[in-house]
Amino acid sequence: MWRQILALLVKELLAVLRDPRSRMVLIGPPLIQLMVFGYAATFNLNHVPIAIYDQDHSLASRDLIARFTGSPTFTVKDVLDSARRVNELIDSRAVQMVLVVDPRFARDLLTHQPAPIQIILDGRNSNTALLIEGYANSIVSRFALHWAEQHGIRAPPATLDMRALYNPTLSSTWFIVPGIVALLTEVETLLVVGLSVAREREMGTFDQLLVTPLRPLDILIGKGLPGLIIGLAEASVVIAAAVFWFDVPLRGDLLALYVGLALFILAITGIGLAISSLVATQQQALLGAFLFLVPSIILSGFATPIANMPQWIQTLTLVNPMRYCLVIVRSVFLEGGGLPVIAAQLWPMALIALATLTIAGWLFRKRAT
Amino acid sequence: MPDIPEPAAAVRLENVRRMFRSGKRTITALDGITAAAAHGAVTGLIGPDGAGKTTLMRLVAGLLRVDAGRIEVLGIDVGRDPLAVQAQLGYMPQHFGLYEDLTVQENLNLYADLQGVPHADRKRRYSELLHMTGLGPFTARMAGRLSGGMKQKLGLACTLVQPPQLLLLDEPTVGVDPVSRRELWEIIGHLTREAHTTVLFSTAYLDEAERCDAVLLVHEGRLLGSGPPGTFTAEMTGRSFYATSGIGRRRLQERLAAVPGVIDAVIQGSHVRVVTAQATPPEPASLLADLPDLALIPTAPRFEDSFVARLRTRPVPPQMSSATAPVASGAQTPHADLRPRSKTDAGAVITVTHLTRRFGDFVAVDDVTFAVARGEIFGLLGANGAGKSTTFRMLCGLLPPTEGELRVSGFDLRTAAAPARGRIGYMAQKFSLYADLSVQQNLRFFSSAYHLHGAQQNVRIDWAIGEFDLANLLEASARDLPLGYKQRLALACALMHEPDILFLDEPTSGVDPLARREFWQRINALAESGVTVLVTTHFMEEAEYCDRLVIMAQGRVLTEGTPEAIKASARRTDHPDPTMEDAFIGVIEAASARAAA
Amino acid sequence: MRTPALQRLFGLMRKEFVQIGRDPSALAVAFVLPAVLLLIFGYGVSLDARNVPLALVVEQPDALSASFTSQFEHSPYFKIHRYLTIQAAERAMTARTVTGIVWLRNNFTRQALTGATAPIGVIVNGVDANNARIVEGYVQEVWEQWLTSELGTRPYAPTIALTPRVWFNPAVISRNYLIPGLIAMIMTLTGALLTALVIAREWERGTMEALMVTRVQMREILLAKLVPYFILGMGGMAVSVSLAVFLFGVPLHGSLLVLTATSTLFMLAALGMGLLISGVARNQFVAGQIAIITTFLPAFILSGFVFDINSMPRAVQVITHIVAARYFVAILQSIFLAGNIWSVILPNALALAVMAAIFLGLARANARKRLD
Repeated sequence: MWRQILALLVKELLAVLRDPRSRMVLIGPPLIQLMVFGYAATFNLNHVPIAIYDQDHSLASRDLIARFTGSPTFTVKDVLDSARRVNELIDSRAVQMVLVVDPRFARDLLTHQPAPIQIILDGRNSNTALLIEGYANSIVSRFALHWAEQHGIRAPPATLDMRALYNPTLSSTWFIVPGIVALLTEVETLLVVGLSVAREREMGTFDQLLVTPLRPLDILIGKGLPGLIIGLAEASVVIAAAVFWFDVPLRGDLLALYVGLALFILAITGIGLAISSLVATQQQALLGAFLFLVPSIILSGFATPIANMPQWIQTLTLVNPMRYCLVIVRSVFLEGGGLPVIAAQLWPMALIALATLTIAGWLFRKRAT
Repeated sequence: MPDIPEPAAAVRLENVRRMFRSGKRTITALDGITAAAAHGAVTGLIGPDGAGKTTLMRLVAGLLRVDAGRIEVLGIDVGRDPLAVQAQLGYMPQHFGLYEDLTVQENLNLYADLQGVPHADRKRRYSELLHMTGLGPFTARMAGRLSGGMKQKLGLACTLVQPPQLLLLDEPTVGVDPVSRRELWEIIGHLTREAHTTVLFSTAYLDEAERCDAVLLVHEGRLLGSGPPGTFTAEMTGRSFYATSGIGRRRLQERLAAVPGVIDAVIQGSHVRVVTAQATPPEPASLLADLPDLALIPTAPRFEDSFVARLRTRPVPPQMSSATAPVASGAQTPHADLRPRSKTDAGAVITVTHLTRRFGDFVAVDDVTFAVARGEIFGLLGANGAGKSTTFRMLCGLLPPTEGELRVSGFDLRTAAAPARGRIGYMAQKFSLYADLSVQQNLRFFSSAYHLHGAQQNVRIDWAIGEFDLANLLEASARDLPLGYKQRLALACALMHEPDILFLDEPTSGVDPLARREFWQRINALAESGVTVLVTTHFMEEAEYCDRLVIMAQGRVLTEGTPEAIKASARRTDHPDPTMEDAFIGVIEAASARAAA
Repeated sequence: MRTPALQRLFGLMRKEFVQIGRDPSALAVAFVLPAVLLLIFGYGVSLDARNVPLALVVEQPDALSASFTSQFEHSPYFKIHRYLTIQAAERAMTARTVTGIVWLRNNFTRQALTGATAPIGVIVNGVDANNARIVEGYVQEVWEQWLTSELGTRPYAPTIALTPRVWFNPAVISRNYLIPGLIAMIMTLTGALLTALVIAREWERGTMEALMVTRVQMREILLAKLVPYFILGMGGMAVSVSLAVFLFGVPLHGSLLVLTATSTLFMLAALGMGLLISGVARNQFVAGQIAIITTFLPAFILSGFVFDINSMPRAVQVITHIVAARYFVAILQSIFLAGNIWSVILPNALALAVMAAIFLGLARANARKRLD
């Protein structure tokens, strides 16, 4: 039996690798996705265009403004001398923030009154607005502490001493790029496995396969194993790119990562085989894969946290294998996780893999015999 | 034979060449074609698949441009002004170009709008066309729900809404039953007689040549001959014979094919049809001296004889460009190296009893019963949609029957254990192979799938490479093989494990006559060694190779018997030597007469 | 009396409408796909953290620390878990039970009352950097409130009073800006898919070949595809906008007329892209694949609807200019949240018009009445 499965496996890999088009599908899109996501998908802000409206023109206000001008986060696009153009600049999206320094700023500082500053933010992207506010806040507070120190003013009774574990600079890349390991593994495994039976059906070779002494189970394994091999290979390439190109630290146990990925790929393989058994053409397979991929990626915590979703959707995500895989990948990369830490993610994924493979086997048997 | 009207030709081709790029390779689809099609005549563009027929049709229609040469249609240079040509053209592409989700009437309306038929004229034109095609009762039916023959007629009607000067029909008779085929020819005859339409008609069926006024015979992108079909057969006069002998038709065919001076020997009914290289009648004794009972009866030449003669005498092109590279002639018994099989076990190997298969309301196979004995070649003959493929798929265990029983060497393949499937060989339609795998990889995979391994596997692979002459092509992808070689490779893959039973689904569709002959030669040898062969085909003439066959239509078996017996049933005093197609049409007409009664 | 050209055009369009009526897949792509995607994204994508699980470690409970922690307990942002030691809290963070830790050491009150500044330890899980930053912001907000209300002092008191004002979306609800962006992304996909698939289908079924040998002109074929699918696409757009306003409660400040006009330009660009794809790929499988790859991903990542374009590397910013969704995202976010802001709408609408013209022009130039 194993000899036949090996022959199927070799045939399957050859069929994928000898066809220039499917070779392209394996190499082109993942590479582009990795680069686009790695570079463009960032929540870190820099070069945010802002405008400054300084009504005070004092030494202190200039000192504060210099801190904004010197920050890599902000680029000063405009300096205003009246409130007239504030609306226009924000409305037209020319700037995302206007810093307004009150005319009483320096006077209040010196008389130990709270010195008023206002920031006006464009809420059409409220996430960016919040992030900008955070950056502005930290610049202002550093200025305030500095000022207080210089003028011997008592600091507040308590201050926040903030620290981010695992990702001290809060780099988006560290968050997104490990996620891409899971994302691309899912997409490629699903495409390789999901389209393979449909391709054989279209070419007419599937009937040929069924009349050989190969049993449905042999065929199923022969179709599933290439997914595992190609999926792990793709994952390895992305892992290497994450570490060596994007400089994301890999702190945990690589073995644990591969155990997690293997279980994940098995779960996805089951889904791919189920799609494969249900469809007749590659086009339907592609549509099926797309219909699975979109919700599975969106509802996985890849870009936005699952905790923010409505409760019933959070419950729904429990059957999404991508959800667990993302936690594993990020835990091993950033938190230094090993097998004991990720065990809580492994067993649900193993259950899902068992379920999808059983369903696939059942559908396959039903359609094939 | 009508005279070809002089002077002007409706279509004139001058030294036409057209290439295509496929990956890194350049394929010459047509080269050096110089020919003409006369006004008001039916010109047949005849050749096997891959000959370049469709490319030529598209060039004439202005859908492709020539790489070299010139095409003039109705006096206009197509390359310069395709729109002017298209305004006077009716073109029916392969698969008829119909919108399957529109009704018959909606399809007609659309083409009337596109061809600029004035609303005032439409009613009259529609009723003419519907009458001519017999589609009158079906105007509200979706085109997708018509039978193959009705689709073909609707496609034709759509190209005729505005009567064209020139009608281009690209393989209109593919997948159509013989009755519809005959009706199509009647419509075409009517068009040329009444409307003086010029027709260019492409087909892979050589027997349609005789219905054309003139023929362009193309093969592998080159013109092998042109002229009225009579000139093709005339040059073969006195060279065709029926041979008979007591040694049996298969052995006789095998022996005769190996005789020098014999360019063709094919089984036809109980005879072997022989074509000689010389027009001098041969002495039977000089052909095969050891057969005293060999008798030769002269017979009328066919168009196919001329095609075979041209293919045999033409210089052989280098390496793999041809599907018909020389085959080591003479007897080749694929199983010669194997244990000899006795034919004493005469029990039925395949039995089918009251087999029925329904898809929803549609009955695809209706109460079919037959049995096949060991070592027999058994044919399922019928048009597309007759139910033969469904029957075939059920026999192979690919589809469960709704009712009835079937046994293949005692097993139902659907529920049988794997070893039972190991005894059958299967060749799918269109020679389905792994297109991206090389020849060697295909052979290795299929032999592994049939549990061959180690030294035994290597022996069989070497056997296949030698037997099917694949040594030069081992590294080529199956996709890039010429059709004849695809067919060889598909058969090789099906024979790797020396099966007892061979299932062949449309095994020779589209290949040229030489490849077909070579193929049947192998199948004959297999049957001689005791292999049971079940074959489906829609080529009437191919039925001649079978020991017994059933004719199927609309899911039912209409008749069963030897080719001779089936043909004999159609013999009339006015038609003493009916072909298999005549017999087929006779059976169908008798069945519909019974149904009407 | 109609001219032959008009007769051909109407004939083709009539055919197209009959086919749409009979083929559920076109209607599914036009109406069901946008609705389903909008529902998945609308519910699934949210950047508003609520009930963030937060660990509180108070090593020496007393009145001052209680006044601080009660602020957290009343905040809608947090769900409080109490731990006795920092070690226990850190274990909870490793186990992903909590996202952040606020830690008051045992000398907190003494330091705060003796004039030194007491440090409050805040540890967040930085893996999800964006979320971590938002959580930090919430903690800061609570701390500021506590200083003001409990101690009668200001965060940077007495130095600075910073008042942020978020225009257009004062409640800072991420859904309000995500949904208009999603509409742009989804309509890019459906627009391109619609035309790409229907033309590829004609190639696949051989009907295109039959059409081309009639008197019909390529521009008539393209126009006859464009008009029906434009209507379908705008229908899908209307479905999406209705869902946004009535289901997700996104405010619509601008006028429907401006929305319709700009959507028209955008739909033409999207359909034009589909036409262009179908000219290159003549089967539905490849056309579908290209449409998904060239529209979905760029519209998601490069349109600026989640990820800020200004923060991308320069080279990537240049690429975003050829993504039609980029302009439509800007327009939609303004029309929905801010109103008819002409300084945003006009330049972006102009860009859309240029893109529509380029795509349709290329599609027209690419569509020759020939098979090679």
